[in-house]
Amino acid sequence: MEQRGFGRLRLPGLLALLAALGVLVVQAALERRKAQTPRISASRNQNLWPLPVSAMTTPRLLYLSPGNFFFGHSPSSKAGPSCAILQEAFRRYYAYIFGFDKWPLDSDNVARKMKLQKLEVSVIMDPECDSFPSITSDESYNLLVQGPVATLTANRVWGVLRGLETFSQLIYQHSSGTFTANESNIVDSPRFPHRGILIDTSRHFLPVKTILKTLDAMAFNKFNVLHWHIVDDQSFPYQSITFPELSNKGSYSLSHVYTPNDVHTVVEYARFRGIRVLPEFDSPGHTASWGKGQKDVLTPCYHSREPSGTFGPINPILNSTYSFLSKLFKEIGTVFPDEFIHLGGDEVDFNCWKSNPAVLHFMRNKGFGKKFEKLQSFYMQKVLDMISAMKKRSIVWQEVYDDEGKLTPGTVVQVWKKDKFHMKLRKITAAGFPVIISAPWYLDLISYGEDWTGYYSVEPLNFAGTPKQKQLVIGGEACIWGEYVDATNLTPRLWPRASAVGERLWSHQDVTDLGDAYRRLTRHRCRMVGKQTPSR
Amino acid sequence: MEQRGLGRLRLPGLLALLAALAALAAWSPRVSASLDLSLWPLPVSAMTTPRLLYLSPGNFFFGHSPSSKAGPSCAVLQEAFRRYYAYIFGSYKWHRGYNKIPSEMELQKLEVSVIMDPECDSFPSITSDESYNLLVQGPVATLTANRVWGVLRGLETFSQLIYQDSHGAFTANESNIVDSPRFPHRGILIDTSRHFLPVKTILKTLDAMAFNKFNVLHWHIVDDQSFPYQSITFPELSNKGSYSLSHVYTPNDVHTVVEYARFRGIRVLPEFDSPGHTASWGKGQKDILTPCYHASEPSGTFGPINPILNSTYSFLSKLFKEISTVFPDEFIHLGGDEVDFNCWESNPAVLNFMMNKGFDRNFKKLQSFYMQMVLDMISAMKKRSIVWQEVYDDEGKLIPGTVVQVWKMDNFDNELRNITAAGFPVIISAPWYLDTIHYGQDWREYYSVEPLNFLGTPKQKQLVIGGEACIWGEYVDATNLTPRLWPRASAVGERLWSHQDVTDLRDAYRRLTRHRCRMVGRGIAAQPLFTGYCEHEGRM
Repeated sequence: MEQRGFGRLRLPGLLALLAALGVLVVQAALERRKAQTPRISASRNQNLWPLPVSAMTTPRLLYLSPGNFFFGHSPSSKAGPSCAILQEAFRRYYAYIFGFDKWPLDSDNVARKMKLQKLEVSVIMDPECDSFPSITSDESYNLLVQGPVATLTANRVWGVLRGLETFSQLIYQHSSGTFTANESNIVDSPRFPHRGILIDTSRHFLPVKTILKTLDAMAFNKFNVLHWHIVDDQSFPYQSITFPELSNKGSYSLSHVYTPNDVHTVVEYARFRGIRVLPEFDSPGHTASWGKGQKDVLTPCYHSREPSGTFGPINPILNSTYSFLSKLFKEIGTVFPDEFIHLGGDEVDFNCWKSNPAVLHFMRNKGFGKKFEKLQSFYMQKVLDMISAMKKRSIVWQEVYDDEGKLTPGTVVQVWKKDKFHMKLRKITAAGFPVIISAPWYLDLISYGEDWTGYYSVEPLNFAGTPKQKQLVIGGEACIWGEYVDATNLTPRLWPRASAVGERLWSHQDVTDLGDAYRRLTRHRCRMVGKQTPSR
Repeated sequence: MEQRGLGRLRLPGLLALLAALAALAAWSPRVSASLDLSLWPLPVSAMTTPRLLYLSPGNFFFGHSPSSKAGPSCAVLQEAFRRYYAYIFGSYKWHRGYNKIPSEMELQKLEVSVIMDPECDSFPSITSDESYNLLVQGPVATLTANRVWGVLRGLETFSQLIYQDSHGAFTANESNIVDSPRFPHRGILIDTSRHFLPVKTILKTLDAMAFNKFNVLHWHIVDDQSFPYQSITFPELSNKGSYSLSHVYTPNDVHTVVEYARFRGIRVLPEFDSPGHTASWGKGQKDILTPCYHASEPSGTFGPINPILNSTYSFLSKLFKEISTVFPDEFIHLGGDEVDFNCWESNPAVLNFMMNKGFDRNFKKLQSFYMQMVLDMISAMKKRSIVWQEVYDDEGKLIPGTVVQVWKMDNFDNELRNITAAGFPVIISAPWYLDTIHYGQDWREYYSVEPLNFLGTPKQKQLVIGGEACIWGEYVDATNLTPRLWPRASAVGERLWSHQDVTDLRDAYRRLTRHRCRMVGRGIAAQPLFTGYCEHEGRM
């Protein structure tokens, strides 16, 4: 994966930087111990979540006045006021910083102190203002907070977005109510390029409003992929332009539908936050709802040589199936701009295929014997080829790898089975395929107590493998499957539990101190509540 | 308990009625109570005919029967009429001017009749009569009850009978409902010490309780972590002991909660748990906690309330006097659970006191001594006490009539047997700790508990006055209380209201799914039971 390679290229520089910073950190610690500056306490100042690669803070306090602070573009920046992503982000972060608290009147006392009047943003390369974020998007940034003008430097707008979030986390209200930040220098970039949240809008419909709120919370935690498991057995809420009957018949009701306009709203709202929208149209299993609006797409099941009236997975033996899928995925490839499409491929129940004489006949002709895994592979390969032909890349659940090896190179495999998942990571990466890890992060599985510590303590690269294999781990996803989740409980069930995964995927491998994480996450949770994200 | 006796006396008549209704059911195949109705909790008897009645939002009203003992001056009822009108018609779009309803098919009015002194200005109590009869027919339906409390329960049922048909018309089947609760104490425990709950959140909880016919808000108001109750007599308790000065319940806040609850027929039962669970008390009240010792020196830490000082009891007497005034309920919950004896054991003065009292090294005796002092205070105020099971377990000389709340899951049926054998009334919470969450449909476990499933005489069973669903606050605050509590607590609500034989999980699933959507439609973010959707979920 290029982006990991890219990360590797950056690494030597980064290590040198870390070494340099390490010296600084030690010095700072020594200074702190001198007790001349009791007001600098890392615990007071560093409520950052996820923790940056390096965050240096001095005891020097800067004060912000809501009436006299603004975000602006540096004259040397490649981006300016015509960059809508940045303009909108400035507006948003101004509101997050000052908007939800009462403004104190500036006292003379404050006026005499050092002020922070501006954050000047500088984009060094082509800003990508009008692009969609991608797996290779550069999210790194440098943030220098000093008075009177702080500077945020990044190669692209994506880094600016991450830096603005960090900047907003540095500002707190002093006991007098004054907006305050410590002088700081932050250098930051993500550990993994794919940091996702999976939502499931088939088991329960989630109103667009709820999805947008989730995107807000994702941005607060530096997630960058919304994996939208949009359809499944229970309902088909995606309104297709080509096949409108799919949602007309397959949705829970005509008001439980995502129109093209709804999808566009989600995709654009996500783009403004540097978040990719990865659509999943899971097949050939998990497709019961597809059959309601598309004749013959599902396999008819048989009982004692008669059609039983029930249906199984998608029917893999008909040409009509593939011409339908080709049109559907062509549409999906256009509606969702991301380079990747998730094809599912998990949990296919072979019983219906086994019962169907035409399927058995087809398998005999193809020489599959009784191996239904081969039939599934045959099906998956056809769909994978469609996606390749559209110049898109595919992501599949781990079964597709398990059952057959003939995956198009570059196909990403998502590991979801908890049992021995490290072993699975080893095998898939040994075969040269990139992987996304979800197995330890099924957040719909709830239990009493602080389960976030379990999610936090997972080390994604903790499997036996070469450095090259480890490079193939492109990231992970926290999954909040929808069987027991809808708009009434999604937000408090997801946050801040997913925040633990967010830090694991963003921050350095060595950031593992649970005591410190508890302290920071407690404050981060309150920050999210302040931004009106109900978080348990 | 008298109210349980009342239930028993009513039973023969009820059985006759059920038999008659069963006969009726035979000629009306569409009347299948289980298919057509989504009532929750299920009434004692609900008969429905196939005949449909239609309501027009512009032409329907609630009114008092001329023969009713209550009239427009009864604020509890007037306010309930307004509320239920909004629940029935308010959360949906009205289909303006759809064809006039033929008069013989229109339901124009629900006429309410209170037979005895309505108790409009009283507070509900453990003996409040919540029974009602509801006859839904055109053009005027009638709701009859002995007291306003029954009217409130009947209005909830009436609102649950009305649905919108596929054309959007407000519809109800002709019905006859006879109903009364199985247990008189049906509670929800909230914990405002581990996390503060804004008054707004408590009021929303009271709304949802009314939708599920709960009648007790057990307010575990203070604990180790914080003391949000603002005392008039001892303002330092919350000044120093609350999380912050904005995390406080002022006398006005408490009054708001108590009055809002009264209007819904809900009692507010305050718990001031002691002598353990009191760390926050020590911040604003000097010498109230036991100083712990380490190696013959005070360690600087503190333990349970100090039971050996006279000052402790004079403080508590003043505090409980205030509490008994601020909270009008007949009962005060005194806690008494999970007392850690280590600190008492370390303190030389405590050990000396115990020697003098002849308690030897039995700290349970010291706890009993303390509890007895507090129980006596409450008796002297003409109030009754509720305590957690440890107070009984430690063989204190409990005043007869003291209610024991059973919370330990292990062998709780045995505990029920022992406590009732000793003649004490009990409240069951052990199987209903809703803060303990699990993946999946755990409501089924709560639903399947039979409270009287322990070995005991009928007289012992009469001593089970009810139960409580507890949502302790360690991991719960305003962000997640509502979806975590509802509809899981609804399962407990039906168990405590409906007949013992109402145990069919499939039928319960069907009704509860609809009831949850009804709550969502009324603005309660009740979480889903399983996959599916609600017709009117736009408000979430």
